[in-house]
Amino acid sequence: MQTYDLTEKGLRGLNSILHAQHEETNQVSWEVVNPRGSHAIAVGLDAPLEVTVKGSTGYYCAGMNQGATIRVEGSAGPGVAENMMSGSVVVEGDASQYAGATGHGGLLVIKGNASSRCGISMKGIDIVVHGNVGHMSAFMAQAGNLVVCGDAGDALGDSIYEARLFVRGSVKSLGADCVEKEMRPEHVDILKDLLERADLHAKPQEFRRYGSARKLYNFDIDNVADY
Amino acid sequence: MKDTDTAIPRTLPIQSATFTNEVNAEIRRAAATGIYDIRGGGAKRRVPNFDDLLFLGASVSRYPLEGYRERCDTSVTLGTRFAGNPIELDIPITIAGMSFGALSGPAKEALGRGASAAGTSTTTGDGGMTPEERRHSSKLVYQYLPSRYGMNPNDLRQADAIEVVVGQGAKPGGGGMLLGQKISDRVAEMRTLPTGIDQRSACRHPDWTGPDDLEIKILELREITDWSVPIYVKVGATRPYYDTALAVKAGADVVVMDGMQGGTAATQDVFIEHVGLPTLACIRPAVHALQDLDVHREVQLVVSGGIRSGADVAKALALGADAVAIGTAALIAMGDNDPKWEAEYQKLGSTSGAYDDWHEGRDPAGITTQDPDLAARLDPVEAGRRLRNYLKVMTLEAQTVARACGHNHLRNFEAEDLCALTMEAAAMAQVPLAGTDWYPGKGGF
Repeated sequence: MQTYDLTEKGLRGLNSILHAQHEETNQVSWEVVNPRGSHAIAVGLDAPLEVTVKGSTGYYCAGMNQGATIRVEGSAGPGVAENMMSGSVVVEGDASQYAGATGHGGLLVIKGNASSRCGISMKGIDIVVHGNVGHMSAFMAQAGNLVVCGDAGDALGDSIYEARLFVRGSVKSLGADCVEKEMRPEHVDILKDLLERADLHAKPQEFRRYGSARKLYNFDIDNVADY
Repeated sequence: MKDTDTAIPRTLPIQSATFTNEVNAEIRRAAATGIYDIRGGGAKRRVPNFDDLLFLGASVSRYPLEGYRERCDTSVTLGTRFAGNPIELDIPITIAGMSFGALSGPAKEALGRGASAAGTSTTTGDGGMTPEERRHSSKLVYQYLPSRYGMNPNDLRQADAIEVVVGQGAKPGGGGMLLGQKISDRVAEMRTLPTGIDQRSACRHPDWTGPDDLEIKILELREITDWSVPIYVKVGATRPYYDTALAVKAGADVVVMDGMQGGTAATQDVFIEHVGLPTLACIRPAVHALQDLDVHREVQLVVSGGIRSGADVAKALALGADAVAIGTAALIAMGDNDPKWEAEYQKLGSTSGAYDDWHEGRDPAGITTQDPDLAARLDPVEAGRRLRNYLKVMTLEAQTVARACGHNHLRNFEAEDLCALTMEAAAMAQVPLAGTDWYPGKGGF
């Protein structure tokens, strides 16, 4: 286990030393202490590292992650795991706005609540939120899965494309072109797998699925009120 | 007495200056379809522009340099503020961002070939970076756009610079729409969306709002790339002084200011023609912002939007820009709107020089299309050669004017080299009206 004191050694040193690690590195496990809400912690990693941040982080922690496993033992600021490609990110506390924004792959687990725009423009990432998500979550979500074990705020899935949304609690309102859809066996299987990987003991049958009505996919003047 | 002698003289039919034939045609089109007009290109209306400026040339007080004998350098370095590896260009003319999707694969390849042969950079667009584009571009700027279509960190690390796109001159404040007919399987895959559906490009970034967030976003991009490559911030010209100042404050190495003549692949005509500032009007406020912050030349200014010739390049540099970017002109050099396709333009209800339905994917020149048969019409090697030639000519023209003004480097142009032909141009460019030492706003009125 390598320990890096962020307050003492600085951000540039942390990211550059993590970037210097490659597939075959022996220095796999890293612990970042004294993060003190710093921005851009452990961004752009592209090796199978295990990084634990001992405290809360600022903006864009684990941004563009590829292959690393990053755990935040605190809460995360805006844009945690934004544009993640692969690997996993676990936030033990709450996450601020835009969690998992535009992510292409990998798994983001938020053990607390996520604020507004969770999963905005997601492009293949899987996001599991143990608590609630704020308004406009999954806005323009293109692909991937968003699992919400609590409640969802206003305008869930507004202008959604092909992403799948699973919500166990209430949905305050659905956004444009987002509708409740049938939960078929293949969706139960997807959800079961995600819940297990997110260390959650919930029953897939308790969730409802939401997705695109596909009415806004091609411009139609008769839908102008929705644009 | 003949009847004609007693006939009452009739007034001639008068066309309205308000309801012109073009306006009436648009009203009829709107009434028939119920949807606004979408098109490509930039503003077509006449706005004050570089043609309204003249160079003064050498005189008793200044002496010129000898053409063909005395050297006039053209190089420029972009990204000297924070980047470990600034971009060194042979000429101060770059290729603006245009997407694979809006343009065909061969067209993107041709842009890379032409730019590289001329010693300059080209730029990706919405939808990400294609391997062909990277391979044929010696210097490639990677656009970081609100949609994040095709955005991936491997491409980010392959880029020679990153351009955070806040807006563009054709539609400041607006997103984009790539209509379904241009969404081929490959374009769809790159954008993670189904084939054939309209692809909306967001108007603002999904994970930051405002200049304070932008500063943190730039920090993240720098950390991911280990502070190696320059980071540009591109804005559509609306509030050039404040936008430039805020981009500098956010940590930009380069500010790209795109005027309303700058093109787009597909936007509402009302947006193109009625939102934004003419390119001529945005340069001096941007330069003033850089000067006020004491970073003029440390943070480079790239100006785009309707640049057509070496004279335009020279005038932009004289007003304080470090470089320019071209888009529409590059496409024309490659063969866009060429009269040789006139018969086909006529079939599409247009004519060469006016064809702007780039969003429909039926471009006879094979440039703004994803139709394989049409795209095959463009030979990327030949189109690249034409672009290189055009860039060389623009550079030679700018050098010619520079020598006449007594400059041994294009960067030495200055506003004092210019005068304006109209009051409007004098006010916007803040150079004297021809034959005077005054421009509107100078001296308090």
